[in-house]
Parts: sequence; C-alpha cells; structure tokens
Amino acid sequence: MSGRDQIPLLDVRNLTKYFAVRGGLLRRVVAQVRAVDGVSLSIGKGRTYGLVGESGCGKSTLGRAILRLHEPTSGEVLLDGHDILKLRRSELIDRRRRMQVIFQDPFASLSPRRTVAQIIREPLDVHRIGTAAEREERVIALLDDVGMGAEIRDRYPHEFSGGQRQRIGIARALALEPDFIVADEPVSALDVSVQSQVLNLIAGLKKTRGIAFLFISHDLAVIQHVSDEIGVMYLGRLVEHALVDDLYAAPKHPYTKALMSAIPIPDPKTKRSRIILKGDVPSPMNPPSGCPFHTRCPDVMEICRSVVPATINVGRKDLPHHVSCHLYS
Amino acid sequence: MQADTQPLLSVRDLVIEFTTENGVVRAADGISFDVHENETLGIVGESGCGKTVTGLSILGLIPSPPGRVAGGSIRFMGRELVGLPDSEMRNIRGRDISMIFQEPMTALNPVFTVGNQMTDVLRRHRGLTRRQARDAAIEMLAKVGIPVPAKRIDEYPHQLSGGMRQRVMIAMALSCDPKLLIADEPTTALDVTTQAQVLEQIAGLQSEFKMAVVLITHDLGIVAETCRRAIVMYCGRIVENAAIERLFEAPRHPYAKGLLESIPRLRRERLDELPIIPGRVPNLLHLPPGCRFAARCPRADALCREQSPALVPAGPHGDFIACHHPHPGQQAEPAA
Ligand SMILES: Nc1ncnc2c1ncn2[C@@H]1O[C@H](COP(=O)(O)OP(=O)(O)OP(=O)(O)O)[C@@H](O)[C@H]1O
Ligand code: SF4
Ligand SMILES: [Mg+2]
Repeated sequence: MSGRDQIPLLDVRNLTKYFAVRGGLLRRVVAQVRAVDGVSLSIGKGRTYGLVGESGCGKSTLGRAILRLHEPTSGEVLLDGHDILKLRRSELIDRRRRMQVIFQDPFASLSPRRTVAQIIREPLDVHRIGTAAEREERVIALLDDVGMGAEIRDRYPHEFSGGQRQRIGIARALALEPDFIVADEPVSALDVSVQSQVLNLIAGLKKTRGIAFLFISHDLAVIQHVSDEIGVMYLGRLVEHALVDDLYAAPKHPYTKALMSAIPIPDPKTKRSRIILKGDVPSPMNPPSGCPFHTRCPDVMEICRSVVPATINVGRKDLPHHVSCHLYS
Repeated sequence: MQADTQPLLSVRDLVIEFTTENGVVRAADGISFDVHENETLGIVGESGCGKTVTGLSILGLIPSPPGRVAGGSIRFMGRELVGLPDSEMRNIRGRDISMIFQEPMTALNPVFTVGNQMTDVLRRHRGLTRRQARDAAIEMLAKVGIPVPAKRIDEYPHQLSGGMRQRVMIAMALSCDPKLLIADEPTTALDVTTQAQVLEQIAGLQSEFKMAVVLITHDLGIVAETCRRAIVMYCGRIVENAAIERLFEAPRHPYAKGLLESIPRLRRERLDELPIIPGRVPNLLHLPPGCRFAARCPRADALCREQSPALVPAGPHGDFIACHHPHPGQQAEPAA
C-alpha cells in the first residue's frame, strides 16, 4: 500500500464467509464450509489487487462477499472508511453504484433477450440517471470506450464472440462510473488470442479512469500483467501478499513457490526444477489443523501441524511483504 | 513425415464434416501429419480449431450423425482405419490406441466402481481372469500415483477428487499397454499444481511403456515442456508443423508467431501493453476464400485473400507450413 496514513478506498478486515452444509432427513446443518476464513486486505484508489489461487480456494466467494452478493458471516468491509456490511439493503443499492463486477462467463452474465444498448443502459435506468437522450448518448460513449462501434447497439448477445461479450459486460460495469470493480476471472473463458486484447482494455481503464480493481484469477501470468500487488489464497486464507514485482522476484510462502514453479513455460530452452506437491487440496469442510498447507508442504515442521501461523511482514514497513508461514516466524 | 522410418500413424488429407442447422461445417479440412514410435506430438490451437475432432477420428469416435469423415486416410501400423467396421475398430481402441479426455467423468461410468471398469477392459483385451485383472488394475493404479489403490479400486468415480479421477482414467487408458495414446487436454480441468503432477506422470509412463503420445492442448507452455514436435491448427487447418525448438524460437507462420507473442506469460519485465492478434477467429460457416488468417494477418496481400495456401514441406527437417509469405526460418532460406 502506498501511504499508510491515508484511508484506503477499500479496507477488508477479518472477513469470513461460511456456508452451511445441510444433510439428513431434517436438513440439519451437518458441517460448515469455511470458504473465506479471516481475510484482511486493503486496496488504494486506482490500484489493482490481484487475487490468485487454485479452484475452490475461496477467491470468488471473497469477491462476492466484499460486494455483499454473498452476505459475509463476519468481518468488516470499509469503503472510504464506512462499513458497508452495516448498511441496510436500500442504502446498499446506492453504495453499489460505486462497486461493480465483471464475471468470468460473458455468455451467462448477459441477458439473452435484451439488446446490447438495453444491457448497457440498465444500470442507468435503475438508478434513474440522466434523461433518455442522455442515457442513449452514454451507451454510445461506453461502447466506444470498450472498442466497439455504435452500430451494434440493437444486436443481441448471442451474435457476439466471447471477447466481444466480455467487452459488453465491461461497458455495462462502467456505466455508473464506479471506483471499484471486482473482476472475477474475466479472461479465462476467452480464446487465448483475444485474452490479451481484453487484458489491455482493463489495464487501460485503470490508467485512464483511476478505477481500483480486485482482479481474481487462477493464472499467475495474467495476474502479473494487470496487478500492482498480489494476494495468494489457499483454503480460504491469504497466505502471502506483496507488491507484484517483489512477489514474483522472491516468493516466500512454500505454496506460492510451488504454484510458480508449476506453471508450464512456453520456452523449450528453460529447464527448471519443479516443486511437485503431494496429494490434493484438502476439503474446506474439514481443513487441516495448524497451517492449512501443512498436509502438502515440502518444508513442513512439527509446529505447522498444530499452530496456525500468524501473518508477519517480512518486507519493509513502507513496502510490506506479508507471509503466513512458520518458516519466517 | 520422415522417409527413413515407417511412421506409427500417418494421417493424410483428412476431412471431417458436421451437418448443423445452419449448414455443413468442415471441422477439419485437409489434415496431414505423421506420428513416430515413442514420439510426443503436440496439437495446439484455439477453441474450435479442430483439435478434438482430429483426435476422435483416429479412434473412429466421430459422432455420426451429425459428423463423418468425409475424406482422407488414417493409417495406423500400415493399416487403414478410415472405413474400418466398428467391430474391428473396437479391438484397436483401448488395446493399441487409447484416449484420455479433458473431463474424466465423460469417460468413466458413474454407476460402476473404478475396479469394475478397469477389469472389464483388461479381461476383454488381455484375456485375464477376474483375479488377474484385479491385481493388474491395482498395480496400474499404484503406477499413476493413486494412494492406497487396493481400497480406491472399489470406489465410485464421484468419490474421487478431480486429479484422482484424471489419474484413474490414465490408468485405464494405459492398462493394455497401447502403442499410441491420444491425450485431449488431459490437465485443462485441473489446477496447476495437480497439472504438474499429472504431466509428470504421463511423461514417466510414456518412457516406461514406450508409447507414442498425441497431446492436444491450447497451452503452449505444456507443449514446450512435453513435446518434441507440434502442429499448430487454425480454423480446421494445420498452419505449421515444426520441431519444438524451432517453433518457439522462430515461428514461421504469422498466426503461430502472433499466438506465441500474445499469450500472457510470466515476464521478468512487465509490459505496458501485451502484444495482440487483432480481430477474431472466423466462423467455420463463413470462411473467407483465401487464407483463413488473412483478415488478422500483418503480412496478408491480395494473393492471400484469393488463394488458400497449401501445407508444404519447409526445410530439410520434416517441418511443414501453409503460408504464402512465411517469416524466414532461423537461417534465411534462399527464395524458391
Ligand atoms: N457434434 C458436433 N456437432 C456439430 N459440430 C461439431 C460437433 N463436434 C465438433 N463440432 C465443430 O467442429 C469444430 C471443431 O471442434 P473441436 O471440438 O475439434 O475443436 P477443438 O479444437 O477441440 O476446441 P477446444 O479447444 O474448444 O476443445 C467446431 O467448430 C465445433 O463446433
Ligand atoms: S498466407 Fe498470407 S494471410 Fe495467410 S498467414 Fe500467410 S501471409 Fe498471412
Ligand atoms: Mg477440444
């Protein structure tokens, strides 16, 4: 974080989201899935926080809990210092104008019966912003912002490719001029040859409009390109957080190291040693005691099996590098 | 397509068509390549370019209708597979040629245990008794890294994690010691750390079993790390077929080059903007008359827009290319 003194745009404190698992005839709660388990992070104005981790680690749930698309179990989400978890639903709708979301699947997230113009205009209609003519003008401007021409305004989503639909979704997210967007795997459903087009578009928006992003992805290469800082998630917890260049130059957590070494590199000349983890990710219904990673960790010690490691700063005070691992405590 | 050794698999001018509501789609159009013994050949390309249908056709698994092999030849160990009666194809499938899929649940039957499914194959193709088949299956499960295989063998597919299912499918595919394994996106549904485990397993088994592998993937990183040679497909056609080092160092086809440059990859220095390929993949129902890449290609000219480039040999090392104006190779070759 640049400038500890000023209030960050978004400050998430100790957020948890548990899902109840029901079973038996009486549909009693038989277990809890700890999808997000005490996550704290903050995002400054115009900054992009990349959240990376493997499937099921709780990335999407965290993104949705921050927006209250899933009601969090506990914790605080401060937007400009105000806890949005304390807001009533009616107040929340107003506050949501400033917080938008872009989903992974551009096919499922756009209503098939509405035209492109109707889709993009909907948030403006809901919030009664501007006159009809002004809204129309705005739609055209938004299409232009995402690199599409006005001539597509009366067409339907199914007429477009994945990359184009994702652009339409982005135009819609921009309609209310938000200052924070959760982008949940926005390019993973796209063809590789158009992923970079959409990544460039998102990076440009950040630059020209100062929008802050929580950018969720399982792909470390994608995350590296768009982020200022990165959080690595494992089994509902953040295990490491640092500025992007620090994280890639010197990952600290054994999980981050394994994750990085596992990415296949498109260059047959680089031969490197790969850390092969044993086993699979444990179930979040029954997470391991102690460090959540201890069942697969190549550096596991006795203490890891019983004591949850605290998060400590191994970087500088002004350039923190947080890690939750007993190797560093 | 080297002349010195007889290839294990030889595909020539393969055409695969599907009849759809909107017309006939050529999902593969004039595909030619060879696979040699013990070789790992990669097939890369974007979604819908025809990788899977090419793989399926080798096993005679194109769903018909709506699909059919509309032309060309597929020779395996000297024997023509196109037009082979289904009864004969079934004997080859699983014994000589096996396939693994992206989504293991499509290949595993949910109502039978892992053991039932594996022993079935073993008894049919290797004529083992029930007892022998069970022992062989347990041994195979252990080989692919399933912990406590004697217990896992009696579980149902849904009781296994994604990575474990993928390993069970690999165990099944390899249980009859095939000469050729077709692996279609075998790790795409897996997390990177599990993917690393599974890829290592496949590589280990390949050298142990001495089989050839056709690895279908959209991930150029996986190709770089596991293949000796790769085919790049675009819109139902092969655009380049080259040895791995050459392909990554000096791609000659403009699409292959663009793809290699534009994929997000870990970089030492972050770029302000990622290089891109402009535009998008054309619809197979509305293909342009000339080169299918012409609308996106920085080298395209009038010839490209009129005439489709043929796949022709390039250089002395068994490479092929389909482009009117390819980039020069490592050493510029004299103009033909
Ligand atoms: N059963 C089918 N009916 C109609 N069209 C089909 C069928 N199967 C495949 N196709 C078409 O054939 C073309 C090639 O499909 P194929 O599945 O081989 O692509 P792919 O390269 O494997 O893509 P992906 O990377 O998405 O797996 C596509 O245009 C697809 O829509
Ligand atoms: S044939 Fe022409 S359009 Fe096609 S890839 Fe080659 S240069 Fe480009
Ligand atoms: Mg496929």
